Amino acid sequence: MDILFDLAERYNYAATIFLMVAGLYIVIARGNMVKKLVGLSIFQTSVYLLFIEPSKIVGGTAPIIDPDFSIYSNPLPHVLILTAIVVGVATISLGLALIVRINEAYGTIEEDEILNNGDGG
Amino acid sequence: MSSVLPHLPALQVVIPLFGAVIAAFLRRGALAFAVALAVTWLMPIIAAAMLWQVIETGPISYAMGGWEPPWGIEYRVDLLSAFVLLLVSGVAAAIMPFARQSVTLEIDESREAWFYCMYLLCLTGLLGITITGDAFNAFVFLEVSSLSSYVMIANGLDRRALLAAFQYLVMGTVGATFYVIGVGFLYLLTGSLNFVDIADRLANVGPEQFSAMVAALAFVSAGIGIKLALFPLHAWLPNAYAFAPSFATAFLAASATKVAVYLIIRLYYSVFGGAIDYAALPISEVIIVLSVAAMFIASAIAVFENNLKRMLAYSSVAQIGYVTLGIGLANQAGLTGGIAHLFNHAVMKGALFVALGCVFFRVGSCLLNDVTGLGRRMPITMAAFAIAGLGLIGTPGTVGFVSKWYLAQGALDSGSWLLVFAIVASSVISVVYVGRVVEIVWFREPTSKAVIEASDPPLSMLLPLIALTAAVVYFGIETSASAGLASRAAEMLTGALPTAELPAGAPE
Repeated sequence: MDILFDLAERYNYAATIFLMVAGLYIVIARGNMVKKLVGLSIFQTSVYLLFIEPSKIVGGTAPIIDPDFSIYSNPLPHVLILTAIVVGVATISLGLALIVRINEAYGTIEEDEILNNGDGG
Repeated sequence: MSSVLPHLPALQVVIPLFGAVIAAFLRRGALAFAVALAVTWLMPIIAAAMLWQVIETGPISYAMGGWEPPWGIEYRVDLLSAFVLLLVSGVAAAIMPFARQSVTLEIDESREAWFYCMYLLCLTGLLGITITGDAFNAFVFLEVSSLSSYVMIANGLDRRALLAAFQYLVMGTVGATFYVIGVGFLYLLTGSLNFVDIADRLANVGPEQFSAMVAALAFVSAGIGIKLALFPLHAWLPNAYAFAPSFATAFLAASATKVAVYLIIRLYYSVFGGAIDYAALPISEVIIVLSVAAMFIASAIAVFENNLKRMLAYSSVAQIGYVTLGIGLANQAGLTGGIAHLFNHAVMKGALFVALGCVFFRVGSCLLNDVTGLGRRMPITMAAFAIAGLGLIGTPGTVGFVSKWYLAQGALDSGSWLLVFAIVASSVISVVYVGRVVEIVWFREPTSKAVIEASDPPLSMLLPLIALTAAVVYFGIETSASAGLASRAAEMLTGALPTAELPAGAPE
């Protein structure tokens, strides 16, 4: 029961881990390249949560010094994840561009169909 | 001049970054090449100046944008990073003249400028990973270099290059994301992203948080393991190297995996080294077993490979095994061998892939069947291939011998005769795959029309090849430069560990 209470208390971490594993599973298990990228995107998103959750303090405000407020959230992880989101967008768009080119060259975006043609090298 | 000197660490990264932008705006292949050449030849000068400064006065710390570490991003150059910076920029500078003719042949003219733009971005990323002292900044540079290398690989002539680039993109992104998860754990544990600062704070982390620290170690190991093609995470590498344009293969093979190895050495020794007692965890064993598996299995696959570029790619996986073996041994001689092999393998593989680029330039194929008797038509190219191949085997008088000697000594110091035997036995396999090529190229009559009409490539391609081959022999005889520096870097790293001599639990 303790485990369940722990889990309920930290449901946000449970969600993060679920997204992480689900994304990674899609990347590995799916042969369709667009689905692979969707999985990759979910996987990356889970990491955004991993960084953001611990840095948000309930009731905390933006870290601007003001006598009315005493609790502040940590801004650094937000900045880091802003960078990570940009990297993620670049990765996904490059991946999609590659898929377009693969579709032009092979006429399919299913990995196993390409490999079955004996052209996967 | 004196106003420039303190900013060398920033210039090392900023110059290629701006070079990439300029190359993209120039639009013309020849102009973009001129920019890339100028930038690439400037890099080793900066790196050498910093190495000299490090040897004279100790590590350089540069506060990016004037924000003091650990709050701002610190660029930190110590002996190891200066060594790797000089290695990456030096090999890039050596192979750069080769690019002009090779890229003109293999890349569509409208894309040439973009190709040089991507190359310079990749160089930016690789130098950035090496120079930065900030864990998250290293991730950003890792992605800069990775994304640009996917584009370079996708530009290969064969349509399979697209597939190879996509597979590399998926695996590379998973690897980089694992690394970020590890960095996230480290940040949660210590509240810092600066490598030196993390190391200080990790030493004070309580035992109840030990498992979080181990999780961080596991995530970064798996993540960077993909990037450095540690067996069995190497699946992306053979196709990526085989179908990329010749210049991209030569550049990536000589630099990309080396920088990933640098990052893992930095994390193992400088960050986690003070906090985790490696003897209590089976990390050495895992790395050593995987390294030995890479040395044998990847070499054995290379023996049966018909595409020479793929053969050398599998050989790269095997050679990375020697480097990680040195990391796993974790003693002075072993780590020296590993770091020296980083240098030596970059020089050898640079030479070998440039030679294959020359072969492709003249014959239009890198398949073993298509190069029969090529030694008589392209004597200089194939002689260079043979000499660099001897280095791969580890023949005395070449660089390969020096690093394998140190590795064997490291294995002896850790008390494992079995590992010494493994190093020698796996070298015998490389005799087979290098010897097979040499036999077909030198001791058979040319048959195909393309081979009979072939001749040595133009001087701009030949000179880089000769320079790198000369380096294979020179650093094999004059060892104080490469192995000497590697030894001092290893001394610095193992000296930072709590117990200088780790009992590296080698498999008996």
